Amino acid sequence: MPRPKKRTEIFALGNEAVVEGALLAGCTFFGGYPITPSSEIMEIMAARLPHMENGVFMQMEDEIASMGAVIGASLTGRKAMTATSGPGFSLMQENLGYAVMAETPMVLVNVMRGGPSTGLPTSPAQGDVQQARWGTHGDHPIIVLSASNVQECLDMTITAFNMAEKYRTPVILLLDEVTSHTREKIELPNEGEYEVFSRTVPSMPPEWYKPYEETVRGVPPMPPIGSGYRFHVTGLTHDRNGFPTQRPEEVVELMERIHRKIDQFFYDIQLVEEIMTDDCDVCVIAYGSVARSAELAVRQARSNGVKAGLLKLMTLFPYPRRQTEKILARAKTLVVPEMNMGQMSREVKRVNMGHAAVRTINRVDGQIVTPSEILKVIMQG
Amino acid sequence: MSNITGNEIIHQYLRHNKKFPHVLCAGCGHGIVLGTLIRSIHALGIPKDDVVVVAGIGCSGRLAVYVDFNTVHTTHGRALSFATGIKMSNPKLHVIALMGDGDALSIGGNHLIHAARRNIGVTAMILNNNIYGMTGGQSSPATPEGATTMTNPYGQLDHSFDTVELAKGAGANYVARGTVFHVNRLEKIMMEALERPGFSLVEAITPCHTQFGRKNKYKSPVDMYKWLKSTAIPVERFNELPADKRVDRMPIGVFVDRGKPGYEELYYARQERFLAQAAKGGK
Repeated sequence: MPRPKKRTEIFALGNEAVVEGALLAGCTFFGGYPITPSSEIMEIMAARLPHMENGVFMQMEDEIASMGAVIGASLTGRKAMTATSGPGFSLMQENLGYAVMAETPMVLVNVMRGGPSTGLPTSPAQGDVQQARWGTHGDHPIIVLSASNVQECLDMTITAFNMAEKYRTPVILLLDEVTSHTREKIELPNEGEYEVFSRTVPSMPPEWYKPYEETVRGVPPMPPIGSGYRFHVTGLTHDRNGFPTQRPEEVVELMERIHRKIDQFFYDIQLVEEIMTDDCDVCVIAYGSVARSAELAVRQARSNGVKAGLLKLMTLFPYPRRQTEKILARAKTLVVPEMNMGQMSREVKRVNMGHAAVRTINRVDGQIVTPSEILKVIMQG
Repeated sequence: MSNITGNEIIHQYLRHNKKFPHVLCAGCGHGIVLGTLIRSIHALGIPKDDVVVVAGIGCSGRLAVYVDFNTVHTTHGRALSFATGIKMSNPKLHVIALMGDGDALSIGGNHLIHAARRNIGVTAMILNNNIYGMTGGQSSPATPEGATTMTNPYGQLDHSFDTVELAKGAGANYVARGTVFHVNRLEKIMMEALERPGFSLVEAITPCHTQFGRKNKYKSPVDMYKWLKSTAIPVERFNELPADKRVDRMPIGVFVDRGKPGYEELYYARQERFLAQAAKGGK
């Protein structure tokens, strides 16, 4: 038996791991505008992409232009991404909505910082959770992922690209400053050890192709612009051919399809990690760097004889409802620690519907949530 | 020369089975600009599949629906940023950004400046009708001083933006202005713009009698075309005029023709050098 190839180990920053993950996933276009604490992603891309076959790095004039360029690149068939932080994320919302409507795959990394407004530059926060879900106008589905350590930054970036391509949708990777500025040892996967998914391209002749056709998965194939499939792309509500429409039945068909293509694949999309949740009385629900504090707190609680568990959210939206409901059958208390005034605890309370007691821990002072803070609440039961 | 007419050429490039009749008012100049663009593309022999028309929002933004190219109808003011991503990702494509004056000069002003500065290989067509037409006739940065609009019932106080001077200053490779009254000249300019490397900008003055003319002493489309005829003057002749005669005259023609290579050309040339170095170093 051939011995499995040893993985390359690197000592990397969270932001650096995002770049590694993106490149492994096949990203060849980065358009961005500098803003801390996300800037390293852009800087490393600026150094790496020009050395790669067809790799394009663009420093755009602002965040709005970055999103425009990324969508344009994606329309030509490339895997494209951008990275930003708080205020930049707000500016990107306009074209993020366009990407949802025109069903353009892309990855947007938002390394959150304190807000509102310019807020707390380069201090950890998790204040953009609901903005990620509802930032752009209109009713729309969105996939939001997170990562709690450097290895996950790499893995979840690959996952983000795969989901973007699979579901023809923008995917947001929501990181916090602690994760993106932590430096730790990670392993780069060998080729073949991870899945790389690329969008389905049409196989029918161009004259048969309808860019927004109803399909079994709800995801129409997408050819690169300039490949012989000439079609119209618009942010206006459109019919199956991609042309603007206001006919009620066509409007409803489009809206239902873009929701359904995300909703029906919750087994694939809603990722969580469960730690000691099988018999837990108290379950902590956390994400990002707070999940690391939470894990330590849960282990300490266990050694103190309290049956604690952790539901670590790796997908924030669509909210992993099914996994939470399972825990509600046994846990008496849910603890939701966050670096905001309670944005994810809203989702937890919505799913909980009074089954368990929900205790929140909220920090908005630009400091991390410590294990002892969480432990204290767990021990209260 | 074949003996097919201009109309027959245009019909080959329209999406007949799609969304006709179009949304434009009778007497609008936008259709003339689109016709000119189609004839230019046809004359240059550019295949339909190699053309990407990226449009903004407004009356000009809707033009993309009618032509059988790859068409992208973007967000308000952002056409050039989408166009930049497309051109950089596939430099073989002819990328044309169709924008209105409000679209390109106001909300999209930053993108226009930087597309010109970067000298990205995109042809920008600004359809300047001096007004926000589709939203109902509000002032745009190109609305002349003193003109009356829905948002300037007492007369425009803001200075009017000179697109040509802006693009020149920002470093565009090719800058020209034409009007829909001087169609042949406009067509010649467009062909040149499509052929030039780097960022080329064509400002096409096109009348909006519905929203602009009606409130500003041009009661009918004919009045507006007469205005174009009497106002526009070739830039060569304009430059010879004494200062007092220049008032109320608008120079048309080619203002800048620098011939610098486009950004994408420089980028990919450098990348090739990097790849060649790596291939050598790897052995």
